Amino acid sequence: MRRPQLKNLQAEESQFQLRLLAAYSFMVLMFIVLIARFVWLQVFQHEHYSTLAQSNRISLVPILPNRGLIVDRNGIVLAQNYSAYTLELTPSKIENLEKTIADLSKIVDVTPRDLKRFRKLLDESKGFEAIPLKVKLSDEEAARVAANGWSYPGVEVKARLFRDYPYKEMTSHVLGYIGRINQQDKEKLEDDDKTTNYRGTTYIGKTGLEAIYEDDLHGTVGFEEMETDSGGRAIRSLKRTPPVNGNTLKLALDIRLQEMADRMFGERRGALVAIDPSTGGVLAFLSKPGFDPSLFIDGIDNQTWAALNSDWQKPLVNRALRGVYPPGSTFKPFISMAALENNAIGKTDIRPAPATFYLPGSSHEFRDSRKTGNGMVNLARAITVSSDTFFYRLAWEMGIDKIHPVVGQFGLGSKTGIDLDGEAIGVLPSKQWKAKRFAKWGPQASRWLPADVVSIGIGQGFNAYTPLQMANATAIMANDGVVFKPHLVQEVVDTHTGKTRRIDAQPLRTLPFAKDNFEYVKQGMTGVLGPGGTAARIGAGLTYSMAGKTGTAQVVSIAQGQKYNASALAEQKRDHSWFIAFAPVEKPRIAVAIIVENAGFGAAAAAPIARALFDFYLTGKIPGDMGQFKTIPQEAPSTDAAPPD
Amino acid sequence: MQPHLIKRLWQAIKEPLDGWLMLFLGLVFLLSLLVLYSASNQSFYKIDNKLIYTFLSLVIMWLLARARPQVVMNFAPPIYLLGMILLLAVHFKGITVNGSTRWISIGITRIQPSEIMKIALPMMLAWYFQKFEMSMRWWHYAVGALLMLLPTGLVLKQPDLGTATLIMAAGFFVLFFAGLSWKIIIGGVIAGASALPIIWPMLHDYQRKRVLTLIDPMTDPLGAGYHIIQSMIAIGSGGPFGKGWLKGTQTHLDYIPERTTDFIFAVYSEEFGMIGNILLVVLYLLIISRGLMITARAPTLYGRLMAGSITLSFFVYAFVNMGMVSGILPVVGVPLPFVSYGGTATVTLFVGMGMLMGIANQRK
Repeated sequence: MRRPQLKNLQAEESQFQLRLLAAYSFMVLMFIVLIARFVWLQVFQHEHYSTLAQSNRISLVPILPNRGLIVDRNGIVLAQNYSAYTLELTPSKIENLEKTIADLSKIVDVTPRDLKRFRKLLDESKGFEAIPLKVKLSDEEAARVAANGWSYPGVEVKARLFRDYPYKEMTSHVLGYIGRINQQDKEKLEDDDKTTNYRGTTYIGKTGLEAIYEDDLHGTVGFEEMETDSGGRAIRSLKRTPPVNGNTLKLALDIRLQEMADRMFGERRGALVAIDPSTGGVLAFLSKPGFDPSLFIDGIDNQTWAALNSDWQKPLVNRALRGVYPPGSTFKPFISMAALENNAIGKTDIRPAPATFYLPGSSHEFRDSRKTGNGMVNLARAITVSSDTFFYRLAWEMGIDKIHPVVGQFGLGSKTGIDLDGEAIGVLPSKQWKAKRFAKWGPQASRWLPADVVSIGIGQGFNAYTPLQMANATAIMANDGVVFKPHLVQEVVDTHTGKTRRIDAQPLRTLPFAKDNFEYVKQGMTGVLGPGGTAARIGAGLTYSMAGKTGTAQVVSIAQGQKYNASALAEQKRDHSWFIAFAPVEKPRIAVAIIVENAGFGAAAAAPIARALFDFYLTGKIPGDMGQFKTIPQEAPSTDAAPPD
Repeated sequence: MQPHLIKRLWQAIKEPLDGWLMLFLGLVFLLSLLVLYSASNQSFYKIDNKLIYTFLSLVIMWLLARARPQVVMNFAPPIYLLGMILLLAVHFKGITVNGSTRWISIGITRIQPSEIMKIALPMMLAWYFQKFEMSMRWWHYAVGALLMLLPTGLVLKQPDLGTATLIMAAGFFVLFFAGLSWKIIIGGVIAGASALPIIWPMLHDYQRKRVLTLIDPMTDPLGAGYHIIQSMIAIGSGGPFGKGWLKGTQTHLDYIPERTTDFIFAVYSEEFGMIGNILLVVLYLLIISRGLMITARAPTLYGRLMAGSITLSFFVYAFVNMGMVSGILPVVGVPLPFVSYGGTATVTLFVGMGMLMGIANQRK
């Protein structure tokens, strides 16, 4: 190393230390400046700022936007707001809560249910926010509280907007409901950075469309900048930023169809989904029984909640979205597509459809639903007469590996992507599925058995799909394979600008299947409603063309050699009645899947509902024995009902 | 047997850590929990989150404290390069929020590459100067300046004036300790000041507004001045001894904006008063003093430059935040170190502390 360099290093070292010192002095100096600033603000100016803080002159008062309306395809209102007075208490401002409540009970009718709900909300809150003691005061009660010049601090009568669902149970599984913002909602809002927009908001969409379209429905909060006096009372408004009201949701749903379906179900349980195959718009979406959504808006009391939850009819379960059922014979059109696409059968091949089917080398009896069998039939006819033995053999010959790839393309066994939360996936059986599903019971249980495929051929076995999936698959079939994403909301309308945003208007894809295969299967389905078909009675007197398929989903398996006797089985163990259909066949405008729980054969319970719906939707005809409708004027068929095709 | 094991585990955990830094950081952290609880209206939600991300940051810090700086140093070029690529990616296909493009999506989550640069740039510069330690020429400073200006320019374009300033400051501190001539530094300051009339029209509207608001907040009491006025009222009304924990009226009546993040100092100041402020400033000064001690004793040039830059950057964070909340600096998005709520900034800070401790351990 050269000498000068060493000297350099020494010089560098001292230069470095000097710079450290300079930096440190600078930082200390800056901190002293900062502390001087604190002394100035907090000692010399303390009084000034204390006064400002006490009478903080500017307070920001949020102005709530009106929640968006939800209307059906014809503009009939399904969810709306109305204004009413509420009596609200802010616990942190009240010294003796019990006495205040007791005093208030003398001038306002506070029911035990109101009290229960109040206490529940009180437990969940931290006491800083106002909690309603009684919602929807009568005018007289509101006047009485006002007239008594209520002197208790922390007690207020406020005009608030309430949500109303005029069709109650009928639309509960579509619209869902709003409810008070709870801790969990708050955390979510915080994570999404939306707390500012929810200042002053007490309700938020909890389920259904109210939850999915929360951002659209809520709108943007406005603010009024108020000058206030030292008591916090507003003196004058300095500046007002108006709120932006929530958008209107216009559904594809036709509430008249929905009501008709609801009436036809009556007290029976089940689900119905109707889809416009040319757009994917959901025309009707029913899960029976429903529930009254207004129970949930202001917090449901524990008793009512427990009763609803433990009800054997399960009114809170959205059967259309989350109920998985074996499709029964309604599966046959789809497995037929699998057979045709795999060339497992020709369109003109005639095959036996006997009373029983046996696997080679086995004595296990697979029975036909028709005791005598159906003789010799081709595939279309086998659909029409719903031969079980024909499809047992077809499925057996094909094997599961050829079935699930084709059937899966119809959206069976996967989420349809509808604009609702919590959609069930169902089960599209395959070897991989079984291996995974039964893995914990060992290789013996999880191995695919040759016999597994046989009952799958008639829609039993492992098959399980939601009514929504079945309706979607039917629409895809009706459409010759053009797939839309089913959607309840057709467009979102900005209430200020009138601008609309279409939802899922474009087809997702077209299935790569031969057009004449679709035509052939649809021909078999058209036969179902013709002479000799399983729903021939339903097809009588049609003024348009209709295709369909009946189905019966087994709830309990019947032991070998035993006969099915519906009346002997307890009601809840009876078979479910299925029907899928679409019309008109040439240019389908409506496709439907219906399941009526524990109602026996598909043709008897489910099919008449489809016929009534189609008659009304396509020709405007109302069944004579249905009495008064809420949604349909009685004098004449609605003018905007579509003309017959 | 068991107590012995625990003792050994404890030894292993604390071995790479710097006792003084841990003590000061611990005290700041305790204060931060108190003020966050108050600022979030006595909800434990943010406290829980803070505990989680602080713990994760501590793990990262511990790992870095254990690592040898000579090894960490070699990652400087690739990290810098990665940071630059990500910044370019932001420039071309970033996510725009509120008019500025700062984020980029990487599949599962989105990241803010400018945060990486806060550490990557000083690392790169320190590595560069260490590499040419024996043959420093004037043009090495020029290359250093270029390495600094490239990322700064990209971040400035996002636009994110606050982060750009922090990145540039971190880089400048390395140049400063590497011996950048005083003439150039003073010349630069004069040139910068005289360039103001040129820069002014190039600023974005909101940036100009922030500077103007600083000069006189009352010009716009309901708009840009609102934040500053309200936080100054909070600080001033706190007085010498504060209104007491959980008793800040400005805080609890919702007057303070961003009160868990950038303006958390206003909450602290209102409830703990001038005494509390001085306590916090002293704690920060202690951390800085310790940092400079480590810098002075660092055996390698890389260690010196890096430790110096980390310490001075830390000062800038603290000073800029407290200065902006108390109304002597314009409002830029700089969190109060170790106090403001937010995971990303905390991780960066602890990464810095980890590297600092690693450099301190080099002598052992």
